[in-house]
Amino acid sequence: MTKTEFPPSIKSRPVYGVLEPRPGTVHLVVADGEGAEAVLDLLGKVPDRAAMLAGLHIMYTPGPNGTDQTDQLQALGARQFFRAPTLPTLLPRLAQVLATAHMGTQFYLSGTEGLMGQAERDIMATGVPFADIQKEHRGSTLRRVQCVHCKGITENVATDPFACSHCGLNLFVRDHYSRRLAAFQGVNIDAEDPGQVPAPVVRFK
Amino acid sequence: MSLDFKPNFEPGAFGDFFRDETFREDFTYRNSPEGIRRFPFPFDRDDYMYSVNMEPHTPGRKGSVFEHAFDVDEHYVSEMVDRAKVLAEDPLRCQSLPHMTLAGWDLLELIMESKARDYPQWFSLTKEGDKWHWINRPLGIDQHFTFLDESTLPYGPFEYITRQTQGDFSLQDERDNDLWMDAGMITSQADWSLDFDIGMSFMEWHAPVPLAHEKGIFDRALKFLLKLQHGAPVRRFNWTMTVNPLLDTAPETYPKWGPTKTSLTPENLGHKQHLRVELQALFRLPRSNAIAFSIRCYLGKFEELVTVPKWARRLHRVVRDVHPDVAAYKGFLRNRDAMAHWLSAYDDGAPTTPGWWPDD
Repeated sequence: MTKTEFPPSIKSRPVYGVLEPRPGTVHLVVADGEGAEAVLDLLGKVPDRAAMLAGLHIMYTPGPNGTDQTDQLQALGARQFFRAPTLPTLLPRLAQVLATAHMGTQFYLSGTEGLMGQAERDIMATGVPFADIQKEHRGSTLRRVQCVHCKGITENVATDPFACSHCGLNLFVRDHYSRRLAAFQGVNIDAEDPGQVPAPVVRFK
Repeated sequence: MSLDFKPNFEPGAFGDFFRDETFREDFTYRNSPEGIRRFPFPFDRDDYMYSVNMEPHTPGRKGSVFEHAFDVDEHYVSEMVDRAKVLAEDPLRCQSLPHMTLAGWDLLELIMESKARDYPQWFSLTKEGDKWHWINRPLGIDQHFTFLDESTLPYGPFEYITRQTQGDFSLQDERDNDLWMDAGMITSQADWSLDFDIGMSFMEWHAPVPLAHEKGIFDRALKFLLKLQHGAPVRRFNWTMTVNPLLDTAPETYPKWGPTKTSLTPENLGHKQHLRVELQALFRLPRSNAIAFSIRCYLGKFEELVTVPKWARRLHRVVRDVHPDVAAYKGFLRNRDAMAHWLSAYDDGAPTTPGWWPDD
């Protein structure tokens, strides 16, 4: 499994790179699902593995597709390893870690867009420019989508269109993406012709 | 404190200049004959494609929408009433990220000074040091406040002044050789969401626009804007189509107004179909170095615009020939043929003169 290649799209659609080790005394990794493999690859590239492990804090949760590589990450021997059962249970701990983080902390995010987007949002809220946060996509392409009408977020959207989990409107999924919300935009597909909803197509897996 | 309007539509008030009209429900909005003549018709030739089309925002012809930096027209009071209703229903239409307060004061100063200078019969601003006194007679506002002290106004400076100024506004912070849309008052928008786009970079918030990225339009526009100097504002036109004189065509409420696109008939099209013109102006702000972007919306009914023969011919040709991707993005592809057919009755095929003025 290597990084996900997405087709070309509009300029608000995030693009992702490959995690590269950077000099620093504290390395914070937030990952889910297959993102674990990007972390293993990262450790394989580091010149002084022992030094990085001594400053490494890994926060991990299984992916939305159920992929759970906890054992491999735990076996790395990082200074701190935390496994959250779900992403919502990971975020409060991330907030606390960020509140006490020092300048120069290196951030590495890997896995799904929902995880990377929400971790990026919370890191940016502490004043870190998004360009300083490394991200590598692995695994599921399920999307986190905001309904532009009711503002509700639907997690792990697989089909286009889909029904908003809050207001029930049928939404088509745009590539337009907000880092502040960590979400793609969903817009009512049958607003002009109520009831004429195309059959949902699985676009995200 | 709150900003309570006391609009005065009594007969004789302000020489009966300001129209008491609605942009919702019964849609009583219309342009007076004088309003039609000064309509900012955006097409200077018989076809249309995206371009940067920016020019200095300097005082233009007397009586035109270009005469003053912030045009105040016959719809002013009713537009401000409509904005207050939109904000009461959805406060997310006005947002300002915490670092944008100074830019809000910059904009407040720019607008108050411009309006007091250009329309002394309606607005006045007097200053004693940082103690300012603002009077907005059409809206019945008389406000003493301390410049740069937020606690002395009923809203933040950005929201305070844009509740009294026609047109949407966004404030762009400049960082890393880019512009970031970090504040906005957006209640008369052509179907884009401030709540979704706030915080985005120049390329990001323009991302959904088709064709223009490939033509390099946004690269050139951004380079141009990063060089924008204080005291040398620029302007450009944008346009789209709207069924009914609905200022607030927001994506948030699209399920409410979307179905009206299917309500056009050959009989009602001239009255219900509006050319929606945005006169966009950009101002570099002095203290914050932010850029204020005003997006002033003018609505003209097809039946109003065709009373000017040059515009009737040209509007027909533009609508008939516009690139389908542009018509789709602007949301009128489904009605384009009906619109072109209705307009064709007013196009005798005669040549038109260059430029957008009605009779040049």
